[in-house]
Order: sequence, then structure tokens, then C-alpha cells
Amino acid sequence: MITLSVKNLKKKIGKKEIIKGIDIELYEGEVFGFLGPNGAGKTTTIRMLTGLIRPTSGSISICGYDLQKDFTNAMMHLGCIVENPELYPFLSGYDNLVHFARMIPGFQSKRLAEVIELVGLSERIHDKVKTYSLGMRQRLGIAQALLGNPKVLILDEPTNGLDPAGIREMRQFIRDLAKNEGLSVLVSSHLLSEIQLLCDRVAIISKGAVIQTDTVHALLSSQEKMVWRVEPLQQAKQILESATEVVELEDCLITDFDANKAGLWSRELVNSGIQIIEMNRRLPALEDLFLELTGGDRIE
Amino acid sequence: MNKLIQNEMLKLLARKRLIVVGIILSILVVLFTYAQYQTVQTQLKKLGTTDWRTTLQQQIIDTQNRLSNSRIPDDFKKELEVRVKQQQYYLDNDINPAEPGAPSFTKEFMENSIDLLLPLMIMVIASDLVSSEFSMGSIKLLLTRPVKRWKILFSKYVTLLLAISLIIAMMGMISYLISGVVFGFKGWTAPEFIGFQITEAGFDASGASIIPQWQFILMDFGVVWFAAVVVGTLSFMVSVLIRSTAAGMGIILALLIAGAILSNMVSSWTSAKYFFMLNMRLTDYLNGSPPPIEGMTLSFSLAVLTVWWLLALFISFGVFTKKDIY
Repeated sequence: MITLSVKNLKKKIGKKEIIKGIDIELYEGEVFGFLGPNGAGKTTTIRMLTGLIRPTSGSISICGYDLQKDFTNAMMHLGCIVENPELYPFLSGYDNLVHFARMIPGFQSKRLAEVIELVGLSERIHDKVKTYSLGMRQRLGIAQALLGNPKVLILDEPTNGLDPAGIREMRQFIRDLAKNEGLSVLVSSHLLSEIQLLCDRVAIISKGAVIQTDTVHALLSSQEKMVWRVEPLQQAKQILESATEVVELEDCLITDFDANKAGLWSRELVNSGIQIIEMNRRLPALEDLFLELTGGDRIE
Repeated sequence: MNKLIQNEMLKLLARKRLIVVGIILSILVVLFTYAQYQTVQTQLKKLGTTDWRTTLQQQIIDTQNRLSNSRIPDDFKKELEVRVKQQQYYLDNDINPAEPGAPSFTKEFMENSIDLLLPLMIMVIASDLVSSEFSMGSIKLLLTRPVKRWKILFSKYVTLLLAISLIIAMMGMISYLISGVVFGFKGWTAPEFIGFQITEAGFDASGASIIPQWQFILMDFGVVWFAAVVVGTLSFMVSVLIRSTAAGMGIILALLIAGAILSNMVSSWTSAKYFFMLNMRLTDYLNGSPPPIEGMTLSFSLAVLTVWWLLALFISFGVFTKKDIY
């Protein structure tokens, strides 16, 4: 089921078109990555999806409700954190949640305890937010986003500023939400490794337009490489070059990965008396992929 | 909507702004009461304390003698009549006219704070009601709820009105209680002269009448509240337009002080009367002090303030509901 559908979304500021027509569809239970360098238009897009910025044209619908025409119903199904969760520091975590719960029509008060339990903040919930660590604030941010039982969760750079343990925890938490509660989660990031570990599908955005949308696996496997560590290097290179394209990198050779031919190539090498120290099938880092897709372009 | 207002009150109270305002007011009232007390003491030393009743009695007889003179003009007669009534009241109720009671201190305090002190206190609350959400970043959480934007702003505005009413009530109470301890709590029913005007032609008492002091104070509070709402709404608008609370406060402060300076300077620049700052001293119309610019009346000032008020409301809601939040 499609929970979030974005069609031909555009935003002009003055004469400059900063978002040039974005189309996205999110399905139930998936984590969707929104990937691009700083300045590509991620945050602007996310702010349009959350109703903070009015799009110049295009439509956003959340669970079938149009965000422009039926704001209240659309927002009932959306939870979000835009950038950092800036909760009220002078209130306790609990009062913050009560504050935001009061803004949800027909809120069931037992949901409050559920959410606090879910993010594991029960012990510190009555302390003032200004005494919280960044990780706790992030969790409280997630708690406020989940208050209204949303179908779509939008998280802008959710692991920003967390320590490695916190990042791992957050990653697991987001995956669990999608898997167990059937939420669609849209995660934006400029950290490509983050998206790689977290997301099912990814849209790559550059200069205000989506340049590719696909499953993370499909995107990566088309770019899969084979790394050969062999001795002697030059002789092996000659042999491999007769079969495929070879790039020499430091003390390794890199070829495309081809499941049918890898065995054949290695046998040829061994028959020619070349010693194979290591054969490694490697997914490219999204960094490389991104540079390849955008032709190395960065921000305008 | 009630829940939204509850939210705004929660935030307002948690930030302890109202308490700060209360403390500032208490300190100032103590200060003014002491100053007033000193004035009274020197006056009493000059006049003597023991025989004020006989002096008053003598004054009443003098005035009545003048009144029986048929050649004095009607206007003046009216004023003299009022004076007799006031003096008789003081005598009957055993009040020394040189010593203010708590009600008249309160009245005077309100009249003197209407154009600067009270607006400043209101500004402290109003100017960060919206802009603090921007500077804290919490606006992003506030506006991504299933609630329309105008409702959120409206709840903030209602909270502002409540806070203004609370501040004015607080001001009245504090000044009444503190000054009462020193001057006594008598004088609610003292007669007050209302409706006369001081014009170029002189003293015009044609529309004058006498009302008890409590009624006069009530009217004072009415116009004070109105002036405070207008200033509050203007600060509120600035708070919507400008992200920085400090800059917003600076703007309103500059305007208020400019108003205080201008009202002492302008009299020939007549179009200055359309500035809201010059129309703030509504209580002056009640107690008959001359307006800063010739020809200004209570209804004129009320009309000018109403226009500013509506304009500020219109801009606040127009901008807030359309604004892109970055």
C-alpha cells in the first residue's frame, strides 16, 4: 500500500527553482532513503512534506489525504523530526509529550505511556529536557513523532550527532518500527554508508531533482566489483585484460564482478603460475556510486 | 482550542516571565510609595499636621462665599462646586487631603504607567511569544501537528490577552496593597471630577460631572487595558515578523520611547497624532490633562488605536499562516 505519494513537487524561491520536480512513493513497512549532498534540496523537500514550506506546484498526499487541501487529516498520519528535535528545554520530557499530545484530536492518554516505554525513557521522563543528553533528546523526538500513531515517519538526519553506539541503536530502532509496526519511514542523509545499512530503497537527489530511485541492493549490485590481490601483478593484469576491463589500484586489480566468469578467470591465473593471495567480491561504497551517477558534480 | 491555550499557558508559566514582571512591579511600587510618603511628609511639615480639619473647614466656607457671588462665570462655578464636594467628603470621612489613600495612589500609578511602564511589561511577554518558538526551533514541532496554523496563532493571542489582563490586575493589586499599608485603604468613594477639558480657551467644564473614585478607577483600568492590548498586539506582530526576540523588543522599545519624547515635543506637527504612541495616554482624557496635540479627543485616540490594533492583527495572521518555515 502506498502511504506517501509525492508528484512533480516543485519549489521556486524568487526566480530560482530549487526543487525541480520530485516524484516519490513510499510503501507500508519500508525504510526509504533520501540521499544527497548538502544543498541538494533534501531539507527543503522534507519541509514541504511536513507542511512547513508551501510547494510552488505539485502534490503531496499522505494516506490518501492531500497535504494542501486537507492539512489536518494528512498530518494525523504523519510523524516527523525536521533536523534536530528542538523540544522545550524548560519543560520536562513528560510535559513536552503532554504538550504535543494535546494537539492531536482524539488522543488516547494510554498512548503516552506506550510511547515512553517504546523509546525507553521511562526513568528520566520527568526530568527537564535541558538535562538530557543528545541521544535522549533524539529518543524524545522520536517519541513525539510517534504519539499520534502515524503511518508515515519522516526523519531528517536521524543519527546526526549520535555516538557510534547511539547510531547503531537508532538504526535498529528504525528498522524495528518499519518491520513490526508497518510504518513507512523516510530517512534523509548525506552519509551514504548510513543509507546503505538502514534503507530498503533509496532516491538519490542532486540539484533539486531525483536522479535515480531503486532498491539499495539493485543499485549496488549493478556496480559490484571484484578485487584481486595477486602475485606477480603485471602478468596477472595482462591475462585478465584479455577477458575484461581491469583497473590497477595500489597493489590490487579491480574488475567487474561476473558470477559466471570469476571461476574461469581464476583458473586461468592459477594455470599461468600466478599466486592468488585474495579474491574479494565487493559492493561499492555509495560514495563512489553517487559520484558516478552525478558525474562527480557537487553543489552548484 | 482550550487545549492549545492550556499549552501556551503551560509554556508561559514554565518560563516564569509573569513572576519576573510581578517582582519588577513590586519593587517599583515600593519605591514610588516611599517617594510619595516623603512628599507627603514634607508637605505635612509645611502645613502642620494637627489642624488640617480646621483649615479644610475654613477653605469650604471660603469657597461657599465665593459661590454666592453672582458675578463669577458658570464654568468656574461648577469647578468650585466640585471642590466643595470633595473637601466636604474629606472632612466627613476624616481623610487628610494631603495624604493619598491606596485607591488614589493606585489610580495615579496606573495613569503614569500607561504609556511606558505597563507597555514595557506587556512587551516582555508579547515579544517572545512567537519569536522564541522560532529561535528555539520548536516551531517545526509545533506546526507539524494536525492543527491549522491560524488556530495555533490564535491560541497564542488569547494567551497574550489573558497575560495582559493578569498583569494589569497584578499591577492594581500590588500598588493597592503596598501603598495601602503606608497610606491606609480609605477613599474608594471619594468624589472625582470627570469630563472637563483644558483647552486653549481655558478651562471647559461644560460636560463635567462627579463620580465616586472607585468608578473613576474602573474607567482608568478600562482604558489602560485597551492601550495595553494595542501595544501587546503590536509587539505580537513584531514577534511574528522577526525571528530574534531581542531585535523585536528593541523595535517596540524604540517606538515607545520615541512616543514619550515626541509627546513632549510635538504640538505643531499635527499629523503626528496618527502615531499609536502619541495616543497611549488615554487616562489623560479622563482626568482632564491637555492632549499632546491640539484637537485630540478620547474618541479620536480610541479610533487611532483601534486601526493600529486591527492592522497588527491582520498582518500577524496573514504572515504567520503563509510563512515558509526554514
